[in-house]
Amino acid sequence: MIPVIVLLVVAGLLVVFIISMYNRLVQARNQVKNAWSQIDVQLKRRHDLIPNLIETVKGYMTHERELLENITKARSRAMQAESVGERSQAESELSGAMGQFYVVVENYPDLKANENFLSLQEELTSTENRIGFARQYYNDEVMKYNNRIQMFPSNVIAGMFNFKQEDFFEIEDPGEREVPKVAF
Amino acid sequence: MFLVFLMALLLVTLGYVVGEAMGRGGGYVGLLIAVAIWTILGLVAYFQGHQVALRSAGAKKIQKEDHPRLYNIVEEMTIASGLGKIPEVYVIDSPALNAFAAGRNPDNAVVAVTAGLLRRLNRDQLQGVIAHEIAHIKNRDILFMTLMGVMAGAIVIFCETMLRVFFYSSAGRMSSGPPRGGGGGGRGGGHPIMMIAAVVLIILAPILSRLLYLASSRKREYLADATAAVYTRYPEGLASALEAIKRDVQPMNQVNSAVAPMFIKNPLQKVSARGLFSTHPPLDDRIGILRSMGGAASFNAYQEAWKKVGGKRAGALPASALAGDQDAGVREASPLAQDKAEARHQSREAGDALRKANNFLFLACVCGLRVKIPPDFKKKEIECPRCHRNVAVPLAQMAAAGVVADAVSGKKGGGLIQQAKERGKKGKKDR
Repeated sequence: MIPVIVLLVVAGLLVVFIISMYNRLVQARNQVKNAWSQIDVQLKRRHDLIPNLIETVKGYMTHERELLENITKARSRAMQAESVGERSQAESELSGAMGQFYVVVENYPDLKANENFLSLQEELTSTENRIGFARQYYNDEVMKYNNRIQMFPSNVIAGMFNFKQEDFFEIEDPGEREVPKVAF
Repeated sequence: MFLVFLMALLLVTLGYVVGEAMGRGGGYVGLLIAVAIWTILGLVAYFQGHQVALRSAGAKKIQKEDHPRLYNIVEEMTIASGLGKIPEVYVIDSPALNAFAAGRNPDNAVVAVTAGLLRRLNRDQLQGVIAHEIAHIKNRDILFMTLMGVMAGAIVIFCETMLRVFFYSSAGRMSSGPPRGGGGGGRGGGHPIMMIAAVVLIILAPILSRLLYLASSRKREYLADATAAVYTRYPEGLASALEAIKRDVQPMNQVNSAVAPMFIKNPLQKVSARGLFSTHPPLDDRIGILRSMGGAASFNAYQEAWKKVGGKRAGALPASALAGDQDAGVREASPLAQDKAEARHQSREAGDALRKANNFLFLACVCGLRVKIPPDFKKKEIECPRCHRNVAVPLAQMAAAGVVADAVSGKKGGGLIQQAKERGKKGKKDR
């Protein structure tokens, strides 16, 4: 009788253990998904700010028509992109163009004194920061999740239920994808 | 966690020993009383703690329009920390440089900063401070410190009550002749050894509990600093903010000592204190550690820097923070040219944030100046200070806003600003 009870208890504990490990894997995976959507939200925020920005600076930056056009084009490409690869390509072009924009702004003291532009600039700075921080958080969460998939004993459960590793949000060309520095 | 355990042990021992001293078998009654005091205090602190902190500091809630930069930074740090909800943002009407976080869990969290901080810190520095506060929220330090504070408070209340009970019962015994029986036996009071132990504990426990409380408070500060460095990937931001905070010597008078550990720097101490009786580690040490992280923004780098600066072998951070840590580089500074115009703009922004929170009305004059009108203004027109034209004041609109403001805050908003201005003027004269 006693061996049977012991066996049952051990089996019960094992089941509880497996369930909790499975749940923790699911939780980690959801956190990764949530972090990814946060990046998305912030990229959209940047898209929303750009028309407003162009409208504000158009009157001042008469010599930079080409740059402004590039920004607009990169934005619409990023918004229309279908695949992840296309999208990240367009977003990185947009980041590059914005980086140039921040450099050029230095030559327009009138623009820098414009109240409207100042508040837009704060929003843009914050958006670039948010994209950076969202990416940072995403990568942290991916690492936690991947660690869990690779490490014993959770790797056994991960293999049984087909949890797949997630990719880091990498920057192909660091120079291009780097968050542009904003000068005040 | 070890410190929490010690504190709980102290509380339970105290209850038992004192109870036993009052009469044999009374140990469990004493224990029950001690735990009951703890529970009641705990519930109050859990549900009302952040309200008490905000009210005692005179904090005003602001919206995004009131101070976009502060609000944006709070949102950025919310993203970096992965908190589910953006904390409410409050501004404290004080020229001192300080900030705190409160709230029992991430869903009910608030972050408050002083107007002085908004005026004097640049974006990176402010980000460092907010990251530190968000770290307190994310690490659940507020709950932790409330728990510790409540236990320390329960111990103090229990000891004071018991001291009185002792006094009266022994006085009563002397006057009424034969002692009344305690829990057991014919003699009143408990075992003599228990009596002595109880007296010693009653005297020592409040001091001990205070020390335990402060020790854990200091540890959480280190952890919050490390977490802030990881969130911002920029330890220098917080380090230079702490340096600015160190230079600032204005104490915040209106702060209740119970909420002092929640602030980034103890608002009640004028100089950065060192040793067992301070709520925070010395600012110099905190700055030194952040600056010795050697180009890495990780918990391990902080731990190494802590050992180097403190010259100790044991670390300050809990193992849970170090596990799953990853090495990350430090980002570059945002190049901020802090010229005079910029500083003036920033100072105006900080003042406007407070005025908006206090229901001031902003009127645009034809000359471009924005005239700021306090909510209790009664005249129909006001002279523009720059061009001396008369600007019409929409009193009806103000009355409507004023009614709402009174209903919310229960008092007129104009007073605070006026006080701040007077204080500012006085400070300038003193210097």
